[in-house]
Amino acid sequence: MFNYRFQWKQAWNRLPEMLDGALITMQVAILSMILGIVLAILLTLFRRSGNRVLSGVATTWVEIARNTPALFQIYMAHFGLAGIGIHLSPYSSLLLGITFNNAGYLAENFRGALKAIPDTQPRAGRSLGMSDLQAFRFIVLPQMIRISFPTITNQMVWAVLMTSLGVTVGMNMDLYGVTQDLNALTFRTFELFAIAAVIFYVIVKIIQAGAWLISRRLFRY
Amino acid sequence: MIEIENVRKSFGSLEVLKGIDLTVPRGEVLTVIGGSGSGKSTLLTCINGLEPINAGRILVDGTEVHAKTTNLNRLRQKIGIVFQQWNAFPHLTVKENVMLAPRKVLRQSKAEAEEMAVRQLTHVGLGDKLDVYPGRLSGGQQQRMAIARALAMTPDYMLFDEVTSALDPQLVGEVLDTLRLLASEGMTMICVTHEMKFAREVSDRVAFFHKGVMAEIAPPADLFDNPKDPELQRFLAATH
Amino acid sequence: MFDTALTANDFIFLAKGAGMTIFVTAISVFFGTILGIVFGVIRYQLGPFWSAPLMFVLDIFRSIPLLIQLVLTYAFLGTVLRLGMSGLTVACIVLTLYTSAYCAEIVRGGIEAVPLTLRRAARSLGMTWAQDMRSIVLPLATRVALPSWIGLALGVMKDSALVYVVQVTELLKSTQILITRLQEPLLLLMICGAFYFVISFPVARFGGYLEKRWSND
Repeated sequence: MFNYRFQWKQAWNRLPEMLDGALITMQVAILSMILGIVLAILLTLFRRSGNRVLSGVATTWVEIARNTPALFQIYMAHFGLAGIGIHLSPYSSLLLGITFNNAGYLAENFRGALKAIPDTQPRAGRSLGMSDLQAFRFIVLPQMIRISFPTITNQMVWAVLMTSLGVTVGMNMDLYGVTQDLNALTFRTFELFAIAAVIFYVIVKIIQAGAWLISRRLFRY
Repeated sequence: MIEIENVRKSFGSLEVLKGIDLTVPRGEVLTVIGGSGSGKSTLLTCINGLEPINAGRILVDGTEVHAKTTNLNRLRQKIGIVFQQWNAFPHLTVKENVMLAPRKVLRQSKAEAEEMAVRQLTHVGLGDKLDVYPGRLSGGQQQRMAIARALAMTPDYMLFDEVTSALDPQLVGEVLDTLRLLASEGMTMICVTHEMKFAREVSDRVAFFHKGVMAEIAPPADLFDNPKDPELQRFLAATH
Repeated sequence: MFDTALTANDFIFLAKGAGMTIFVTAISVFFGTILGIVFGVIRYQLGPFWSAPLMFVLDIFRSIPLLIQLVLTYAFLGTVLRLGMSGLTVACIVLTLYTSAYCAEIVRGGIEAVPLTLRRAARSLGMTWAQDMRSIVLPLATRVALPSWIGLALGVMKDSALVYVVQVTELLKSTQILITRLQEPLLLLMICGAFYFVISFPVARFGGYLEKRWSND
């Protein structure tokens, strides 16, 4: 039964290409997180604005992001938008899909975090002559980010894992895409994907370790 | 000079200020006493525009606080306010707490703001706590930090809203000492307080609020020793 | 918009896909939860040190893409061991383990949320370990864990969209097949998304409601 011959060397030789893919994976994940956090803050402000249209848009976004598969969201970015004449490259579709997902999940978490910050905090800022925006930016936001930091870290891990979905819209530069292409060339499926799995694992652990270090430096209070 | 003319203020159907007239000249220390729900705290938040008013007007150095054209952020720079709940910014050190508004609102340089922060914090007796996070401070220390934070904006007026009410009894003294110090330096102050002894000691005048009306206003000796308003008599009898 | 080439047969095709999504989710959540509870209790009983190997393995399921877990398992069982297992079986096995990895954390969190003093009180009344677990820990831990578990179950439903990679035609794959054939991506994707949404949204709301209600007392 066990007569399969592992050919690790053949797969191992492809490591440089896979590591290049890992860089693209990181790039997509980091970009999607930066954009996702900015958008999540905007969505959070929209939902607090009291403006019906703005908060409606934000709520719809958040609920779709949270209640449909990430893969669906990436399909939407690629095939869905193509259906109305907007043709995005695989890279852009993947980035857009993950960003959409990140923003939705983070916005929901931010909303909870804001509940933990009493209104008297921005009010104290206002009474010192700050504008609403300044009070939010310098007093509320830093506290919110701190409360949400574990969720932000988790979402970053998710973003890395979600990059693997890009292959479904033809993305072939990221770690999963590269591995898939190499697999088509060499048929060393198990070996190649095992190496990819290890690389993903290491990336995730680096993110978690980095987050731990950042939180120790940033949140000493 | 703060001029309050026939100010009315309601929360929903509840009218908490029923036509207040009051003038506070520069250099005066005015304390406001009264039971809870008498509207005295609301008056303070109206003076610096944190709360809108329903009628009348409030002038600070001739500027109408609630006029649409008034830049409230600029106006608030000359009116410091300290609340019952001190609202330390937990993510900033004591020094950074004090530096934040001068840096972001007055656009001071870091060195300028820092110098001011150190001066004000030393002034209120926190010169040795500059780089500590507020979470490590006692309530009294946090409250003094809040006072320093307001003073760093070099306000012309200071409003104190029951600043000792949320403190443990043994910490009240240190905060009142800070207020006494400010009064002795000639700061124009309006203090809403429950500390009668303090009111008697530092005030130029004391105002008694009852159910949204300023029932009596007089120098402390007159007001405390010779109260005319029956409600005030009852109030003083109850607090002594 | 409804002027479309979509036929009744296509809808049946989609419905079959949806059925597959629900089937895979139900199997995985059911077995994954049982396994997760076992792992969670083991984790709690053994303490962080002795359960480290188990936790390490479970953490792997949370640290590499599900897509790779599926491909690797499929390749391992199929080409390495030559077991000739169907894609559906592989999908259920992987999703079950995947579910159990998250569920174990939820269970552990739930148990740890039960105050130790309460459990000491129970034991000091002469309850056995099993009695304590059943009548003290279980009801209290459930309150903490259930909202998260609901979130997990919905998460597995959404993640089950990835089993297409082991040749299981679930809802999203069915949709994609129809998109390729009919060239009506927007309409088809909306139908597909609506299906997930209609299940996920109310259940998630219910979970949020439970969480709010139970955290208040």
